[in-house]
Amino acid sequence: MMGLAEGWSEIVRSWWRQPMRTLVTGATVAWGIFMLILLLAAGTGLENSMRWGYRDDAINSLWVYPGRVSALGAGTQRGRRIQLTDADVHTAQDLPQSIATTARFMLPGTTVIRVGSRTSSFSLRTVSPEHQLIEQTLVRSGRYLIQRDLDHYRKVAVIGRAVATFFWPDGDPFTTPLGELIAINGVNFTVVGVFEDVGGASEEQMVYLPITTARVVWGGADHVDMLMFTVDEHDAEQAAIAETGLRTALSGRHGFSPTDRRALRVRNNMLRFADVQQVFGWLRSFTWAVGLGTVLTSVVAVGNILLISVRERTRELGLRKALGATRWDIVRMVAVQGLALTLTAGCIGLVAGLGMVQALALWLPDNDYIRDPSVAPDVAIQAVVALSIGGLVASLVPAWQAARVQPIVALRDA
Amino acid sequence: MIQIRQLQKAYMTGATPLPVLRGVDLHIRPGEAVAIMGSSGSGKSTLLNIIGLLDSHDSGEYHLDGQEVRALSESAAARMRNRLLGFVFQSFHLLADRDAVENVALPLFYRGIARKERNTRAVAALQQVGLGDRLDHLPNQLSGGQKQRVAIARALIGEPRVLLADEPTGALDTTTSDEIMDLLLGLNADGLTLVVVTHEAEVAERCQRTIVLRDGQVVSRGAPVDASAP
Repeated sequence: MMGLAEGWSEIVRSWWRQPMRTLVTGATVAWGIFMLILLLAAGTGLENSMRWGYRDDAINSLWVYPGRVSALGAGTQRGRRIQLTDADVHTAQDLPQSIATTARFMLPGTTVIRVGSRTSSFSLRTVSPEHQLIEQTLVRSGRYLIQRDLDHYRKVAVIGRAVATFFWPDGDPFTTPLGELIAINGVNFTVVGVFEDVGGASEEQMVYLPITTARVVWGGADHVDMLMFTVDEHDAEQAAIAETGLRTALSGRHGFSPTDRRALRVRNNMLRFADVQQVFGWLRSFTWAVGLGTVLTSVVAVGNILLISVRERTRELGLRKALGATRWDIVRMVAVQGLALTLTAGCIGLVAGLGMVQALALWLPDNDYIRDPSVAPDVAIQAVVALSIGGLVASLVPAWQAARVQPIVALRDA
Repeated sequence: MIQIRQLQKAYMTGATPLPVLRGVDLHIRPGEAVAIMGSSGSGKSTLLNIIGLLDSHDSGEYHLDGQEVRALSESAAARMRNRLLGFVFQSFHLLADRDAVENVALPLFYRGIARKERNTRAVAALQQVGLGDRLDHLPNQLSGGQKQRVAIARALIGEPRVLLADEPTGALDTTTSDEIMDLLLGLNADGLTLVVVTHEAEVAERCQRTIVLRDGQVVSRGAPVDASAP
């Protein structure tokens, strides 16, 4: 019956009948969608920022630190220091939930590292090969530590880029150090690899040594000062079970209460991350609720305006019915006008919102709170679908009112 | 064309029904020009609304073009209005933001006819009523007589069988009234059935037959009479 061009011409004509009213209502809808997009992008930015905070360590890792006994129990002595050993590492390895396990031995006193005439005190970590997964270390040249290094007590080192740049300022940081010697507290180690770390500059001021070699060189026996292991990254419940299992096993071996959190401190990244994710899940829902509330308010405004418009056009509607318009013709006419206004204004708000998000992503300075704000395409589509449904529902009420106008009204006048 | 038997209609005033039509009998043949007269409140406009399917009756029979209208659904009644009937109102009822062509073309829109054809036929209808030079004029740019001509063109465009006119000259001066009646009777002469509600004896005199209503009943159905007579 009505072509697309004619349909649009009718819609635009209905807008022009009350241009200021159309403008204000359209601006309300556009603003609603604009705010929804900004809120969603801010939520994503917050979430990205949180994920960035976890970038250095594997999310599915548990970090175990020995402490001092604080709770009294059978055979316990308050204040006694717990010393972990290789047996505890094996216990962690044997947990059914455990995937990769590693440990650290801390060197006593200050570490002095020297290459030729240059001396510094970079941090030292004595570890096993699995540590690479847990710290997310990116080896850029040479290799990481391997099991044979540990088995044969090799004096090898993997150094961070910052360490390489410091000791070999004129050479290529990734190739020059390979095969060179570095003296750690007077003991020479051969550089076998150079790494970068997503954790940034501080993580690259680090030297990794085989834990077995370090313990032999500096007298660590089978001592372990920290142990870490990973679990299935999709199952937070398994992480909780693993933590309880380890506490129970180690408390028996070292004589402390399994509930004594100071005797054995565990940083369960998986549970912490799950908690944070839950918070962000709530935040996302809250954002949608607030955003959709704003959109709902604006589409209700559209419905309100249409109701007023229908009341003003009673005579015209009656006349149209007298001339042959059916109820459906009237419903369609009013609903399409409302829906077109909602969608047009909504799309303007959407484009403006997406543009603003792009601008923020480009121009926002690096900060700890919002990182890479963005809105996924499917979210934008969901917003438009929600808007369409809202617009249609809001338009149908006045459309139905319009359809109920009796044609006789067109005749009953002066 | 129009066959009405014992038509009754009452409006509710609070809880009390107020009878408006009380057993009206009426038979209008195809091609007739009939005036319906009566004083204010006699029920003539209500009768015209029922004839035009704009209002429903409470009891009695009404056959339009052989069809009992009581059985019609709302949509079917709308289609019948669109195809069989043309309306002319005292106050024209033109859409203020549409030009003459768009106003005239409106009934064809609800018949699903494309805009180009609608406009072509609207131009022809406007030329037929002598407004070929006012095609793109808005209602507020037209005189009363011209507005009524546009309304008549709108009533004619769907090629109806019956033209219903409610006080078509009520808002016009004498000269213009004569012109409009000339136009309507000319259309009647071409075969269009014409039903005119009027309180003007001069208008009724020009029709073939005058029906006079009083208190919702037909009191005369013969030659033109003075409606104000007791």
